[in-house]
Amino acid sequence: MNYPESYRYTKEHEWVSLDGDTATIGITHHAQEELGDIVYVDLPKPGAVLETGKSLGSVESVKAVSDIYAPLAGEVVEANELLATAPEKLNEDPHGDAWLVKVKVADAAEFNNLLSAADYQTYVGAES
Amino acid sequence: MIRKVRSHITQNEDLIFERSSPGKVGYQLPALDVPEADPSALLGAANVRGEIEGFPEVSEVEVVRHFTRLSTWNYAIDLGMYPLGSCTMKYNPRINEAVARLEGLAWSHPYQPESLSQGAMEVVAKLEDALCEITGLDDITLQPAAGAHGELTGILLVRAMLEAQGNPRKRILVPDSAHGTNPATAGIAGYAVQNVRSNDQGMIDLEELARLADEDVAALMVTNPNTLGVFEENIMRAAEILHSKGSMVYMDGANLNALVGVARPGDFGIDVMHINLHKTFSTPHGGGGPGGGPVAVKKHLAPFLPVPRLKRLKDAFAWDYDVPQSIGKVRAFYGNFGVLVRALAYILAHGGPGLRNATVDAVLNANYIRHKLAPYFDLPYNRPNMHEVVFSDDRQSAKGVRTGDMAKRLIDYGFHPYTVSFPLIVHGALMIEPTETESKQELDLFIDAMISIAQEVDEEPAKVTSAPHATRTSRVDETTAARKPIVRWKP
Amino acid sequence: MLAACGLTSTDQLFGQIPAEARIHEALNLAPGISEFEIVDYFKGLSDRTSNGYASFLGAGVYNHYRPVVVDTIVSRGEFLTSYTPYQSEISQGTLITIFEFQTMVCQLTGMDVANASMYDASTAVPEAAMMAVRITGRHRILVAKSVHPEYRMVQETYAKNQGLPIEEFGYDAETGQLDLADLEAKLSKEVACVIIQTPNFFGIIEDVKKAAELAHAHGALLVATFSEAASLGILAPPVDADIVAGELQSFAISPSYGGPFAGIIASKEKYIRQLPGRLVGETKDSNGNRAFCLTLATREQHIRREKATSNICTNQALIALMATVYLELYGKQGLRELATQNLAKAHYLGTKIRPHFSGPYFNEFVAAAPAGKTPEGINEALLEKKIIGGLPLGRFYPELSGATLLCATEMTKRADMDTLAEVFHS
Repeated sequence: MNYPESYRYTKEHEWVSLDGDTATIGITHHAQEELGDIVYVDLPKPGAVLETGKSLGSVESVKAVSDIYAPLAGEVVEANELLATAPEKLNEDPHGDAWLVKVKVADAAEFNNLLSAADYQTYVGAES
Repeated sequence: MIRKVRSHITQNEDLIFERSSPGKVGYQLPALDVPEADPSALLGAANVRGEIEGFPEVSEVEVVRHFTRLSTWNYAIDLGMYPLGSCTMKYNPRINEAVARLEGLAWSHPYQPESLSQGAMEVVAKLEDALCEITGLDDITLQPAAGAHGELTGILLVRAMLEAQGNPRKRILVPDSAHGTNPATAGIAGYAVQNVRSNDQGMIDLEELARLADEDVAALMVTNPNTLGVFEENIMRAAEILHSKGSMVYMDGANLNALVGVARPGDFGIDVMHINLHKTFSTPHGGGGPGGGPVAVKKHLAPFLPVPRLKRLKDAFAWDYDVPQSIGKVRAFYGNFGVLVRALAYILAHGGPGLRNATVDAVLNANYIRHKLAPYFDLPYNRPNMHEVVFSDDRQSAKGVRTGDMAKRLIDYGFHPYTVSFPLIVHGALMIEPTETESKQELDLFIDAMISIAQEVDEEPAKVTSAPHATRTSRVDETTAARKPIVRWKP
Repeated sequence: MLAACGLTSTDQLFGQIPAEARIHEALNLAPGISEFEIVDYFKGLSDRTSNGYASFLGAGVYNHYRPVVVDTIVSRGEFLTSYTPYQSEISQGTLITIFEFQTMVCQLTGMDVANASMYDASTAVPEAAMMAVRITGRHRILVAKSVHPEYRMVQETYAKNQGLPIEEFGYDAETGQLDLADLEAKLSKEVACVIIQTPNFFGIIEDVKKAAELAHAHGALLVATFSEAASLGILAPPVDADIVAGELQSFAISPSYGGPFAGIIASKEKYIRQLPGRLVGETKDSNGNRAFCLTLATREQHIRREKATSNICTNQALIALMATVYLELYGKQGLRELATQNLAKAHYLGTKIRPHFSGPYFNEFVAAAPAGKTPEGINEALLEKKIIGGLPLGRFYPELSGATLLCATEMTKRADMDTLAEVFHS
């Protein structure tokens, strides 16, 4: 699986891409694989304020619920509406169409503190 | 080899709505002995509904066939062993059903005069007394409608007692081996949940407990025997630690079937517990209810029990609503009375010695299974167990077969699956509770089935991972059900 | 078997229990008795009840005829002695009956989705209120005083332990219906839901639409409850409510001194993930055949633990099955005829004893005792004629201490109503 070099990653298996002061947040391929068939995604509404490390929503498979933790702080500007009707997209294209939220970041420096693609893949390798 | 079952014909059956045709009925009402009523005139036209769209229209024989056919698609205790760990699926004697249907008990109205309710109230009194004796606790309410409801009641009692002392406190300690209802209950009762890690034996870790116990802890919720089926040997020391901080010890009574007549929670430090009448006292599970969840307490929690309390006057019973410190009501009326009748009938049939014998047999059956299956399945905590035993799928998962797969394969052998993937502290758990009502013959069939499945895992794992093969319904697509929920029929 | 376990005595089975935790004397319970003795004992108890009396009690628990077929079905071991249908492959029978139950609850209430049943209405109502709190993010609960007093008591127990402020609003002294002005005055941006009952505790039919408009104007949800499900055979369903939480005891569930019953909780589609308890959904099996399974389990306690929508594990499957069988026997036509008969009987009684409130009523109404008499006194006199009178309301409504709540169903005989009226007025 391709882990885009331009993204940054977390140990909680989220990815972040940054465009100006807008970050796009998703969960990683590894995360969707661990979760299995995803049946529901619970996301915050635009306007919600995220705190680093706090839960921003959850992803459900048939028999498990996993919190998604905000990799950085900011205000939600858009939640991916596609996932409301097609949660399976999260299994199919976690690094692309199935992003979760777009966030206006409070401090862009937070982005740089996250893991690189290489470090994340090493981490996932170590974890498994 | 599959010895217990072979396949047979089952009837197809549509949903009742699809069998419906206009004008058919399956009921009769007597002719009216009063003048007819005009709904629109009496209620106002806007308050009167039109025809109920899509509602069934079928004859009596069609209703009987409908449900009889559907019933044959179910597994049930009446068909064989149900080794569901933690669920205590024992035989349900039919005498209990018969007495619960006696006219005077089944048709008593909760608001009828007490003078015309003494028989019903005696059921409550006798069952209260018997359950206090069995648990070694001082007082009890029979009002909660099920185990989880009892848990909530129990924790509310703790909260009320602490509040009366001036501080309801903030946290409830829940071991990581606990049933999911325990943390859910604590949450609903307004407490923060703190997990307590088990030690390497899967038991309460006294050092960890001592570290977490402080004056913000309202209670510890324990299950004893725990969810591994093992008696918490340090329970009394654990209770001392909690009590020294003014905290209560709550016991989840899910596993009481291992203790009746042998040990009493009131004697080993428990302050409050719930009892699952549908487990230990054999009121039928009925496909998921009704249950009964009495809550027994030590004296210091008694003033807070729900109203009404049953008062024993010199020559009559009376309901007492004047209980100033009571938490109030947790359910309308007096609880699931019909379930109480069944539980009392069970207790009377067994008597004291019979109840103890049942416990001995339940524990013996579970130990027998452990000894017979230990060569084939991993025992993550290898020690004597009580009424249930927990294996792990470590050996089989190495071959790509998980506990859930073997559980499904068990269906082909004519058994209900054991409890899968619980407790969470065991990776890939197989939790087996035979209960006392299984004979050695049935246990041996079960053991043979498990051994045979273990061999299949070695020889033809695909047969196990694609099971069941003999059922009229194969593995169900739960993912689509959850992604696009269809929870009602539509024309 | 002991030998197979490497043991020589059954006492060794309990070696892991510390000696000081074990009991050393037998339980102080009599030895077991035979089946005949058990029947004999319970028959004796059954005789020391209301057996043989006619009754005018309703107030949340109703006497309706229970067709014989109901027990034929629920006594089948495959329903009676099965577990919760987690294993879909061998539980289709239970799953389909629940699916039909959910469907009929929706058809009756006018809601989009319904769960597999609750303990009863008294516990379904607080679950509905908790749902409203989760949906709106607000905390205040308004309850009509004309909601069943025991439901309100249970609601209070739940609310006070979750820090949810709860307030009651009144009823109109003339009509017995909601005091809408009082409701409006108490509504605010903090209110999560307004709880009303129809027919209310006094048997009176409420204007659900008006209550819903008021609640919605303040961003609150409307929770409608009912205790007399037979009314749904004739009454317009409470479609303007957001959540309906009610009691199905009327549908072939015997009064049984107050339980077990089966409650329902149903709502608009968009709240499906906030529903407590179990839900059955339709899907396919791996061979492409229609199949059913428990679904949306992630709402529940065994997965979400302390974040679950409720701590409830069970539904009331066997009791809900009684209602399911009953509804399928009665069907479209029967339910209407049943409701109309109830209406006719109660209104016959209403011509003999004047209702205290002027609002439209279904099968029960409040009656004030004639001057110089008390409801309790009337009831004493009725007992001599083997009739249990209505429920004296003073214990729940001090302002109605001279009044009684009378109920008539399809089981009530005209002769008994005439006797009741005679004693009432004599």
